[in-house]
Amino acid sequence: MNRFLLPLSIFIVVVVFLGVGLKLNPREIPSPLVGKAAPDFSQPQLYDPATVFSPADLKGKVWLLNFWASWCSGCRTEHPVLMELAKSGEVPIFGMDYKDQRDEALAWLKRWGNPYPVVGVDDAGRVGINYGVYGVPETYVIDKQGVIRYKQIGPLDPDTVAKKILPLVKQLESQ
Amino acid sequence: MIPEIGHFALILALCVAVVQGILPIYGAAVGNSALMAVAKPAARGQFLLVLTAFCCLGYAFAEKDFSVLYVAATSNSQLPLHYRLAAIWGAHEGSLLLWTFILTIWMFAVTLFSAHLPDATRSRILGVMGLVSIGFLLFMLTVSNPFERLIPAALDGRDLNPLLQDPGMVIHPPMLYMGYVGFSVAFAFAIAALLGGNLDAAWARWSRPWTTVAWCFLTVGIAMGSGWAYYELGWGGWWFWDPVENASFMPWLAGTALVHSLAVTDKRGGFKVWTVLLAIMAFSLSLLGTFLVRSGVLTSVHAFATDPKRGLFILAFLAVVIGGSLALYAWRAPRVGLGGSFAMVSREGMLLANNVLLVAAMGSVLLGTLYPLFLDALDLGKISVGPPYFDSVFVPLMTPAIFLMGIGPLAQWKKASLPDLAKRLQWAFAVSVVTALALPVVMGNWTPLLSLGLLLAIWIATTAVVTLRERLAHVSGGSFIERLASVPRSYWGMLVAHCGIAVFIVGVTMVKGFESEKDVRMNVGETATIGDYTFRFDGTQDVVGPNYTAARGTFRVSLDGRETTVLYPEKRRYSVQNQVMTEAAIDPGLLRDLYVSLGEPLDDGAWSVRLYHKPFVDWIWGGCFIMALGGALAVSDRRYRIAWGRQKPAVPVSTGTARRKVA
Repeated sequence: MNRFLLPLSIFIVVVVFLGVGLKLNPREIPSPLVGKAAPDFSQPQLYDPATVFSPADLKGKVWLLNFWASWCSGCRTEHPVLMELAKSGEVPIFGMDYKDQRDEALAWLKRWGNPYPVVGVDDAGRVGINYGVYGVPETYVIDKQGVIRYKQIGPLDPDTVAKKILPLVKQLESQ
Repeated sequence: MIPEIGHFALILALCVAVVQGILPIYGAAVGNSALMAVAKPAARGQFLLVLTAFCCLGYAFAEKDFSVLYVAATSNSQLPLHYRLAAIWGAHEGSLLLWTFILTIWMFAVTLFSAHLPDATRSRILGVMGLVSIGFLLFMLTVSNPFERLIPAALDGRDLNPLLQDPGMVIHPPMLYMGYVGFSVAFAFAIAALLGGNLDAAWARWSRPWTTVAWCFLTVGIAMGSGWAYYELGWGGWWFWDPVENASFMPWLAGTALVHSLAVTDKRGGFKVWTVLLAIMAFSLSLLGTFLVRSGVLTSVHAFATDPKRGLFILAFLAVVIGGSLALYAWRAPRVGLGGSFAMVSREGMLLANNVLLVAAMGSVLLGTLYPLFLDALDLGKISVGPPYFDSVFVPLMTPAIFLMGIGPLAQWKKASLPDLAKRLQWAFAVSVVTALALPVVMGNWTPLLSLGLLLAIWIATTAVVTLRERLAHVSGGSFIERLASVPRSYWGMLVAHCGIAVFIVGVTMVKGFESEKDVRMNVGETATIGDYTFRFDGTQDVVGPNYTAARGTFRVSLDGRETTVLYPEKRRYSVQNQVMTEAAIDPGLLRDLYVSLGEPLDDGAWSVRLYHKPFVDWIWGGCFIMALGGALAVSDRRYRIAWGRQKPAVPVSTGTARRKVA
């Protein structure tokens, strides 16, 4: 090959990769838990600390697990989206109150509304560690067999709900 | 009204750039001098128009015009004036304006200092720069307009990112951009030469000072960025190998290779094709850096707001500019022919080896930077490439390059004798090896890397002494001072720049070998000792700044019981973005820095505190400034003053003296 064409050829290869790279999101970190069984837990419930909340109770259902906290500003951004989704009744959203104070969490839900049928309490962050949570909010889609199918890092937005979460839920429901 | 004037000035500048990019190049091709004559006034007009736009944006910031979206997004009414002005380049749109503005400054400079160039060459150079400018102006006007209005106006701005509220912000980006964009001149010279088919020694002689000046700016710009990271980020590091740092380092490596390659083309007529390729590479890497920073294809601490549309635009622009020039290169370069032949052992041979090593280093940085992207694009997983890769690639590549740096200036052109070189350098080598082995032992910590670093630094210094002695020996007569003065400044420039590398290496080596750090919990009144210095924590006070509140710690530092200094590190909370920043306190010194930064408040007024003792760390930046000083000396050489003097026949005196000096 003509050696004078070599720089151009290298450059073309780099441009192709950069072009592909534009479509990728380097901040998106794949969760090793997707496709694996959701880690088990049994945590006290926020509204009724005497009863426990455990994923085992939800076998046979498609559901969302949403890690949130009253101190988290991203959760505030996400909250209207969750309320909307809960109102539509498409899929139940179960909450996990992450490293939070009970009274503040209750006040927060009272003020902004409660989209969750049940909220678990993870005050020590143990459940968060098992699920690989590194920042709230995070949301997991869990199927009928209790397998994690999708993980959303950061707030859910209407677009993600409409284009990713709901189609996935429909598909999982039909299985 | 003022922002609209700025916007309109940009639109006019785009029109002028189109004219400047087309007519002069066409005129040069068909030999029409009227069309070629358009280049100079067009370039100057474009400079004035972009200057107007730049001032308009500056005015909007100074007057706190929050009806301009960009102003509202990057400043705040409480932000002091100098940071409001620096906020012009505090985010994407404005820094593009700075880029374009600096491009037109360079264009303007070319119109001032190009009277000695043939008309066709000058027209082509300005034409190529005009074409580059079209890309940037279009980019701004289509997807990154800094003058976009925000209606209704915001009550107050969202403030400049607190990380950027630092004197470094005022000076670092303009310096860096002067370097990046300065390579556009060398690039335009190279493209003009390819278009005209006259790649000769004269072309290299003209390109040299421009390239050196750009290189100096880039060197200073990178050093300032590194120094800024050192004191602002609060963990005492000075280089991350972050993609954005690499984006500035790659053009520097290519530019350094270019400076040396140009010397060969200038003096011996060799390396022509290689020099052209390097000139294209240096500027292409500057553009690539811009793309990497702004498109969001890589994760980096320098997070610019990313937008896929912008990424696509820059990518297309890159493809046109770089792809076009490399295609031109592939088409025209084969006809250039080779320069004079030379033996492997000769000054050319060593400069070539040094060039290959620098380009290999550049290639490995490029590979390391893009590797995560390559893997991700091929769906082979997500990884990040960090300092261990770069360190392990860099040392083996740079060691031979620096070894050759000592020998090169002593070797004859065309053919040198190895035994002769060995004889002339035996003392320098012996002194370097002995000192490098003994010194760390004396200082009480011998490691192979420490000795290697010292060996290289002392080798540069001793060979510089030998080079200078031999040079002086060739000058006959006169006192010592006269003989020193007879050595041309460009030669001094080379020696000084090389010694700058030595100083830099000493800094890096000593910091790596002898630094110590401590993470401690300190109660009020407690002391901690690091590197012979005792730090006593006297508690924190609350202080209020213009747009932040802070806890300011007081640390009394003593050495052997005598108090040497008092340090006041701060933990600041910037109210608008509610962001917490660590302001480290540093006691700088020629031989060591003491560095304190506040971690987190603990109970009872205690704090977690980081203490660093960093020997010779300032030599890292000192070395860079010395390198740039060497470049400045080289540019001030008489032969360039003659060339520039010639275009001012109105001042016969200066021309006269210059001629006499030549005679």
